[in-house]
Amino acid sequence: MIEFKLPSLGSDMDRGKLLEWKVKPGDSVKRGQVVAVVDTSKAAVDVEIWQVGTVFEQLVPIGETVPVGAVLATLLEPGETPEQAASKRKAPAARPAPKPAPAIAVAAPPAVAAPSAAPLAQRRPVSPAARRHASELNVDIDKVTGTGPHGAVTTEDVDKAAAQSAPAPSDRYAEMRKAIAAAMSRSKREIPHYYLSETIPMRRALEWLTQENAKHPVTERILVGALQLKAVALALGKSPELNGFWRDGAFQPATAVHIGVAVSIRQGGLIAPAIHDVDKKSLVDLMRALSDLVTRARAGSLRSSEMSDPTITVTNLGEQGVEAVLGVIYPPQVALVGFGRLETRPWAEGGELRAEPLVTASLSADHRASDGHRGARFLAELRERLQHPEEL
Amino acid sequence: MSGPVGLSRMSYREAMRQALREALAGDPRVFLMGEDVGRYGGTYAVTKGLLEEFGPERIRDTPLSELAFVGAGIGAALGGMRPIVEVMTVNFSLLALDQIVNNAALYHHMSGGQFSVPLVIRMATGAGRQIAAQHSHSFENWYASIPGIKVLAPGTVEDARDMLAPALDDPDPVIIFEHAQLYNMEAEVPETRNRNIGSAAVRRQGRMVSLITYGGSLPKTLQAASQLAQEGIDAEVVDLRVLRPLDMTTILASVRKCRRAVVVDETWRTGSLAAEITARIVEEAFYDLDAPPSRVCSEEVPIPYAKHMEEAALPQPEKIVAAAKASLGR
Repeated sequence: MIEFKLPSLGSDMDRGKLLEWKVKPGDSVKRGQVVAVVDTSKAAVDVEIWQVGTVFEQLVPIGETVPVGAVLATLLEPGETPEQAASKRKAPAARPAPKPAPAIAVAAPPAVAAPSAAPLAQRRPVSPAARRHASELNVDIDKVTGTGPHGAVTTEDVDKAAAQSAPAPSDRYAEMRKAIAAAMSRSKREIPHYYLSETIPMRRALEWLTQENAKHPVTERILVGALQLKAVALALGKSPELNGFWRDGAFQPATAVHIGVAVSIRQGGLIAPAIHDVDKKSLVDLMRALSDLVTRARAGSLRSSEMSDPTITVTNLGEQGVEAVLGVIYPPQVALVGFGRLETRPWAEGGELRAEPLVTASLSADHRASDGHRGARFLAELRERLQHPEEL
Repeated sequence: MSGPVGLSRMSYREAMRQALREALAGDPRVFLMGEDVGRYGGTYAVTKGLLEEFGPERIRDTPLSELAFVGAGIGAALGGMRPIVEVMTVNFSLLALDQIVNNAALYHHMSGGQFSVPLVIRMATGAGRQIAAQHSHSFENWYASIPGIKVLAPGTVEDARDMLAPALDDPDPVIIFEHAQLYNMEAEVPETRNRNIGSAAVRRQGRMVSLITYGGSLPKTLQAASQLAQEGIDAEVVDLRVLRPLDMTTILASVRKCRRAVVVDETWRTGSLAAEITARIVEEAFYDLDAPPSRVCSEEVPIPYAKHMEEAALPQPEKIVAAAKASLGR
């Protein structure tokens, strides 16, 4: 490949402004042919070429001022193919030096479309809508081919790229496994967990639920899980250091209580989408939200807002029959509350031994954000809340 | 308002004449004045026959003094009348700018709300008929930048018939721009009246590029949209209808849907209404755009007399098609 450089057209010349191309890509040139007109600040000078070849790329737009020695164009040597030339093309450093001060450079007239496209190549054009769309779809914008004006990446280009890169449905569970692995590894690597547990008598709660549910049709029955969620949400009111995020070396309390509910997926894996504003929802609304969420989680139709913003997570492994669960916090959250199975066990109270329905509640918390003393107060508050179900 | 329910066919000129006749017949306070509106029947024959029908008290020929008769219209409006003042073309209206800008647009403000000026000014605008520079320019954008007046630009036969009545009912000055190229355009119009003088209208639904225009450029833009459709490009056409205040809700909804906008406007590009609309699109919908908004305006020359040069100076369907395709990278 031949590089056609701006020659010095006088001892005092250090730069020149390209006024005109006398050839276009694809033209053959011979020794001594005038190929361009350059303004040296003294005069417009016809610039000749002293090599034989075919014009390949014109690198400097008309109107641009460049230093002596800058490559104005590349040419193919006789017998050379464009592919060979492209592979030999030098790094952008070999391109003309950056534009001098705007006082000297004169912009190319807008009518000259082809040369004015060259400066755009320095920064890849991406439309504002495409950039936003790519971030919504988690598409790497740098890997998207642009087809818009000036080769800009458009929304359609992002959609095409997303469709090509979307994992096949069969991969979804593998992807989920990977995501869980990454989040849990990070949690155990970064979060200094501490664990507390508390046995909570559930007789009052269960009796109240039985009475309440008798008033409602079967379809509107409230399950004990909803009661537990509401109790957690209200108990957090006195323990704001458990509800929020650890980010950039500091705790950021959340302004609302969005509880991530861990839902296991039959094919394997789990997700913990959020129910929003649990502290403000009535039990009936909460129960409805919970059933809806579990159904949709298993059907794979969750909304992105539900996936992204839980402020704390609750996991209930009681159904699986375990007595207690000591969970791993989902970063950047700072706490996870677990409930074990609800069962009747011996319970001593007021000097008497009775058979009572009990549940073990546990707290895994981030020691950077809270201390065991605060965690213990939370569990005590949770127990108290569950003794007054009518206030939930 | 009577007549069989259904469609009737009429020209833009006839639609405007029907609107004037209904306004004159319906309200004794309404009268029409302007140069050649009476005996001559109007420079564009819009008012033909009205002098015979309504008499010289209500169809008044005026001297060739825009400043005087627009000022008289303002006075009549302040005095309780509902004058319709016809200015032969927007080019001549510049002689009356002081009356319009410093008086009509300001009295409501200057009097602390005590006076309003229920005046309607009609004027022809635009080029394309080889009547040379002094009769061919478009200055709608000047008027559309002035607080205190409403500016309408009927681009369809239906709007030509329907916009006058609500304009007369408006308590403030309203300017109606009639593009001279539209007077011979014919269309079927429904019997029902559209009294809306607040909104733009989507004249053609599309999803790939929003073509925003008004008045005389509307038929050209619709023609461009049909051409684009043949090439597989589904363009939407928004007719502004109201140039002040601009209905940004409709414009932005269309731009957000199509993510590309071309504004077609027969005024000169610099400082055009297209410039204002483009700026607002960028301000309010930047992150919804997939291409820089572009404009198709008149070349920045006095509109030439020679036919081929006049055509070359104006927005044309081919230029609109090219701009729409460029916005799609084609």
